[in-house]
Amino acid sequence: MKIIVAIKQVPERDAQISVAPNSKWIDEDDLNYTINEPDAYALEEALQLKEKNGGEVIVLCLGPERVTTTLREALAKGADRAIHVEFDDLTTLDTLSVARMLADAIKPESPDLILTGLQSDDLGFGQTGVVLAELLSLPHATIILQVEKTATGLRVKRELEDGWYQHMDMPLPALLTIQSGGNKLRYATLMGIKKAKSKPTETVTPTDPSASAVVDLARVYLPEKQKKTQMLTGSTTDIANQIVEKLKFEVRVI
Amino acid sequence: MSTVLVVMEQRTGAWNRMSFEALAAGQQLAATLGIPCSAAVVGTGLSPLNTELATRKLAAVYSVHHDLLADYTSDGYVLALEQAIHQAGAAYIVFPHTYQVRDFAPALATRFHQALISDVIAIHSGDTGPVFVRQLLQGKLNADYRQTAPATPEAPCFLSIQAGTFRADSVEAGTAEIISVDVELEAAQIRNKPGERFRESAQTVDLSAAPLIVSVGRGIREEDNISIVQELAAALGAELAASRPICDSGWLPMERQVGSSGQTVAPKLYLAVGISGAIQHLVGMKGSKTIIAINKDENAPIFEVADYGVVGDLFEIVPALTKAISAAKA
Repeated sequence: MKIIVAIKQVPERDAQISVAPNSKWIDEDDLNYTINEPDAYALEEALQLKEKNGGEVIVLCLGPERVTTTLREALAKGADRAIHVEFDDLTTLDTLSVARMLADAIKPESPDLILTGLQSDDLGFGQTGVVLAELLSLPHATIILQVEKTATGLRVKRELEDGWYQHMDMPLPALLTIQSGGNKLRYATLMGIKKAKSKPTETVTPTDPSASAVVDLARVYLPEKQKKTQMLTGSTTDIANQIVEKLKFEVRVI
Repeated sequence: MSTVLVVMEQRTGAWNRMSFEALAAGQQLAATLGIPCSAAVVGTGLSPLNTELATRKLAAVYSVHHDLLADYTSDGYVLALEQAIHQAGAAYIVFPHTYQVRDFAPALATRFHQALISDVIAIHSGDTGPVFVRQLLQGKLNADYRQTAPATPEAPCFLSIQAGTFRADSVEAGTAEIISVDVELEAAQIRNKPGERFRESAQTVDLSAAPLIVSVGRGIREEDNISIVQELAAALGAELAASRPICDSGWLPMERQVGSSGQTVAPKLYLAVGISGAIQHLVGMKGSKTIIAINKDENAPIFEVADYGVVGDLFEIVPALTKAISAAKA
């Protein structure tokens, strides 16, 4: 099975975020980046499918030069090769433009399966995978926890709301968006890191679709507080005593 | 005249509770724009639902029915709603931000060469049309989004509304005409074969009934550290809950997860330990009467909903708090 995993590089979760001076995006200086967590689970699923069924795993990432570190980490974990769709200013792009560029890079590969995380930690639109499937005329399923190869295609386990699940049978080729937590993530081994250096990475330069963007990010800002939070300060003991006081006299639970 | 069309979600004749929040959003958006609001229901056996919707202030209720729409499939819903949107002449299409909507609405928007503005938490009036507010970076920032061109039935605007953003009880009453959408759909066009819905095991913990909840998140760092939060919960007589990453890692069972993929709770006290407060978690607990949050990051979004906040090291504060509670109860 030939599997393409579309991954995204995002700021680390505990990164200190500040708004850029033009209020169009965040200040990217001094930010550390990492693989988007649900995409790490998509990569893990792809590697396990390859281990069970054979085939090839290709990682695909759109972004500036810095994303090559994330691609290299994916190669070190076991992906066979990488495609870097090089594009510098992601802030000018809407989801449709992003998916079009990814679709253009995927088409010549004709994969059997495309995997991606269910949403990104930074923009969180949760739709690149579904849009990509539509552009490629592929069947898709979202929020997937398990994937099994069957005689006719795939059987997937889909997460529904409120603790419900559903199995779904679908033909190949197909696209799945993967939920976090379905598998245990692997670490790159020393051998893997060494091997990654000789694995091929292809760089693709897409045509700039930003002029045809249909949705525009007008302004980024700090959220207003929904509640007035009373901050409790002091020594550890002071804080503990203040909380107990609130629990006793205001929440009235002790 | 163009319209706002709210796509209501139902399954076997029962509404998804978020549908009426989306309907409230649609009515308010339509009022601001000075255009009518309509609603659409998709499936089979829709008569009771249509009749109920016809008692709301709507221009029309579109009954989008076909035998092949009995079970949800993304292919069936995309094809059916594409036809319904054309028939209604909708310039704005509003969805509740449910798992099901996330599965098909992006593909539907793509059919119209548009991009869904998902997970909207507020709608404002802008100079060139409505501005839709979404959260970025797990709730650390807000962002204003808008369509680059005015929304028209040829190039409509698609948006989905986050749970709890609009009040279902603010939906205006009235009357509406019921219009049938006779969907053209063939079995061969539906590529996925959905199975029955199931649960992993009988739920043994009903967090929604717990008056006191102590909840733990990523900040706890390691499985072995869970015990300090367990001790705090025991001292307080509270149920122990967690955010998704803790259950994903197998440190606590899935049934203790609070958030959009777990349980929704509204206890008297919700004590959040090391939880940053991603939107998926907040929607499951922001209705709690009192929220106390302990987190090392003063900018963590959990502090936006907390009544009391402590910025500090949970590994110092939690044991001290357990001791203080035990002493106060003794």
